Formats: sequence, C-alpha cells, structure tokens
Amino acid sequence: MAIKTEPITINMGPQHPSTHGVFRLRVTFDGEVVVDVEPVFGYLHRGTEKLAEERTYVQIVTLTDRLDYTASMSNNLAYVRSVEKLGGIEVPERAQYLRVICAELQRIASHFVSIGFMLQELGAFGTPLMYCFRERERILDLFEMLCGARITLSYMRPGGLIQDAPEDFWPALGILMESMPEYIDDLEGLVTSNEIVLARTRDVGIISPELAVNGSVTGPMLRASGVQWDLRKANPYEVYDRLEFDVPIGYQGDTYDRYLVRVQEMRESVRIIEQCIKQIPGGAIQSEAPFFVRPPVGDVYDAIEAPKGELGFYLVSDGGISPYRCKIRAPSFINLTVLRDMLVGWKLADLVVIFGSTDVVLGEVDR
Amino acid sequence: MTKLFVGTELAKVIELNHPDSIADHSDAAAIIHPGQIHEVLAFLKQAEDLDFQVLSALTAVDYIEYFEVIYHLLSMRRNTRCVIKARLPGREELTIPSVTDLWRGAELQEREIWDLMGIKFEDHPNMKRILLWEGFPGHPLRKDFIR
Repeated sequence: MAIKTEPITINMGPQHPSTHGVFRLRVTFDGEVVVDVEPVFGYLHRGTEKLAEERTYVQIVTLTDRLDYTASMSNNLAYVRSVEKLGGIEVPERAQYLRVICAELQRIASHFVSIGFMLQELGAFGTPLMYCFRERERILDLFEMLCGARITLSYMRPGGLIQDAPEDFWPALGILMESMPEYIDDLEGLVTSNEIVLARTRDVGIISPELAVNGSVTGPMLRASGVQWDLRKANPYEVYDRLEFDVPIGYQGDTYDRYLVRVQEMRESVRIIEQCIKQIPGGAIQSEAPFFVRPPVGDVYDAIEAPKGELGFYLVSDGGISPYRCKIRAPSFINLTVLRDMLVGWKLADLVVIFGSTDVVLGEVDR
Repeated sequence: MTKLFVGTELAKVIELNHPDSIADHSDAAAIIHPGQIHEVLAFLKQAEDLDFQVLSALTAVDYIEYFEVIYHLLSMRRNTRCVIKARLPGREELTIPSVTDLWRGAELQEREIWDLMGIKFEDHPNMKRILLWEGFPGHPLRKDFIR
C-alpha cells in the first residue's frame, strides 16, 4: 500500500542566516525536494527612488551607497555617469583612471564577500569566510585612505571625485596588487578542487543561456552560462577601451561555474588595476561642474558592469536641481527572476547553496 | 561601443510593419500606442535584422497628465539599444499588455511598476505587490502620493 504524502510549505527567512539580509522564501517541499518557490521581499524597502526626487543631484550620491552595500563604489560610478551624460559634464582623465581603480577594487571586494558567503552556506562555517574577509579588509583600508569611509563611501561626484588619492595610497595599492594573486591562489587552493565543493556545486542549479538572456540576467551569472557579455567590453566606459583584460565565461551555468567566473574576474581586475597604475596621468580630479547641477530637460539611461551585473540609472530631468524621476535598474533584483527555475527539483540543502551563488544583496533588491 | 537605434529610424521600420502604431517619435525614442505595444515589441524581438533579445530595463514615469511606460531593449548580437515608450492618459484604472510572454525578465519589473506606480499589466501571471504589502494605500512613486 502506498503511503499517503502531502507537500509542506516552509518559510525560509526573513530572519535566516543564509538569506544575506531580510529575504523570505516560501518554499513548498515534497519530502526534501523543492517543488515550488516564491521569493518574498521588500523588508528593506526605503523608497530610494522617491527620496531621490526630493534631493539634489549631488546629495543622491549618498543614497546610492546604500543600494548594494558591498559595492558602493560601483553604485557611485553608475549614478554619476548617468548625471554626467544627462548634463553633458566632462571628467578629467585622472579622475577616470581613479574611478576605474576604485570600481575594480570594489569588484574584488564584492566577489570575496560573495564567494565567502557561498562557502559558508556550503557548510564550511567561518574559516573560508574569514579568509575572504581578511583580504577584503585590506581593500577597505585603501578606501579609507581615499575618502575616510569604509562601506558607505560617497567618493565620486558628478564631474570627478571628492579629492585626490593621498601620497601613501599608491605604494599601499602597489603592495596589495602584488600580493593579491597570492591571496587568490590561497583561496583557490582551499576551494577550487575541493572534493566536497565539487560534489555539492557541480551540475547544481543550472541556468541555460537561453533562459539567462530571456530573463534579463546579467553579470557573472550570465557569463557563467556561457554568454560573453560584459559592458566593459561591449560599451567601454571611462578608460576601459585602453586596458587589456579578458572576460571569463563558464560552460555549464551551474553553481560551480558561477564561483569560477568570479574568481577569474578577480584576477582580471588585478590586471586592470596594474595597468591603471602605470597609465594614470597627473592633473585635476574634478572638472568645473557646479555644485547644483541643473541638467537640461530630457531623459537618459546609462549602465555600467557592477560586480552583480548591469547597474543602470534612468534619470528624467525637468531642468531643476533634483531629478524628476530616478529609476535604478538593480542587477540583483532582476537576477531573482530566474530563481524559481534554478531551485525547483533540488533539495533543501542545495537550495541554500544555489541561492548563495546568485550573490543577491538585499539593499539593492528592495531599494 | 553600444549604438543607440535612433528613434526616428526605428519609427520608420515599425511603421512599415505595423502601420498606425506610432504615436510620436524623436531621436531618443519611438512612442507606440499602448494598444499595439505587445505586437510591436514582439516584432522588435523576432525580426532578424533587429534582434532585440533582451529587455534591459522596464520602468514608468508619472507626468501628471499621462503616464509613460519605458522599455529599454538591448541586442547583444548587434550591440545596439533602443528605447520604446507608451503613453497612458488619465490616472485611474491604467492597464497595458504584459510582455512577460516575450521576456521573462519583465516579470518582477512589471510587478514593481504596479506596486509603486499603479499601472496594471494584463495577462501577467502573478500581478500583485512586490516591495510593499497587500493593502498598502496608494502607489508611492506617483506624484500625487501623500505620506
């Protein structure tokens, strides 16, 4: 006689160590297997887009810090670039190089956080995460030299940066970049060919390239599925057209590929920064942009390759000192579209790892 | 460099295949009648020489007399972008066809627009609030929203 079974619905979160913040998954299980998933979020909604309508263009920079709080520099960059495009503001070359250095440092830091937490969710409790955080800490020290803050940086302004890098920033950056490949080797030695990691992540949570493109997935998640698309190559902003780097891609689109793509991207970022250090010219770091930017009436969309994917700002100006509308195209938010397709059919323990590999930051999802 | 498909030229291409669907156009964007938005977007996605396979961003703006829904499309193969807009007059009972059957990526973004702007998307598989809770009064990104 068959045993009578019925599906069970469980709430994961909003307070759950594996959800990177306040995120709730309503999961329906058949035994241990996931049959349906419904993400529920909004717990961290602060109305950033509405707040932006009441602030001047310069003040909004501080709001962007709080979107993806593991990658404030990238958020700053995406936002100030949109304002510059809208207002036709020029940026000095030195500032452009410094911006690229900051964005790439931030990419390394953000990928460290992402990999560390993914390993934590695999059950490697504490140790690998602390390795990742040790390295990230050194990058945050550099940011502290630049602007005095470590997380909410607000280092960029429409037309340039708030201040030039201090004298002792350059040797510190040089030393870090010299030792960074070694740090990444250490991490890879622990993880890349680790048998448990391989068993738990290979062929788990696959996204096909067709689904990734159709679901507007961007960033390392898209490239892990084998789609070669990086805005730094496709639409070289700032000075990326003068720098040599490769865009790593995966083949399977599984959790392991998403990890590998991130590790390789970190190595490429080191390459980019080293070239920037060699090429950076002297000169001003801020153009003559007025404090109250008044762009002409119009709208503009501009996007950069943030650590999580395409981070875009759609700004509408009515000629005043604050934007009429400021829409944020947050990569983590849109990457969640395919979450259900990744999770259905896997077990509870895999669910946590797959979700970890999507690298979702709730500050950006909820805005 | 990513090229922007100029709105005026895009309007010409659309006009050839879907006559009378263009409401207005400028260099930046082509503005489509909301009733025909779905077929025009399907055409832009499927046409071999346009190939807009990605819905990069979807948003809405409240211009008080009318609402504007804005589609940012991207073709990875051709490295081009284009901007399509649709204008919805009035403030009550706003509806526009959903494009979730063309692009899965629209799913969460359409729900967000309903939540914050109050524009309903017809035939969306799960049209409910996303960032705020069910029962929240009003749609906060509207210009007439009062706390």
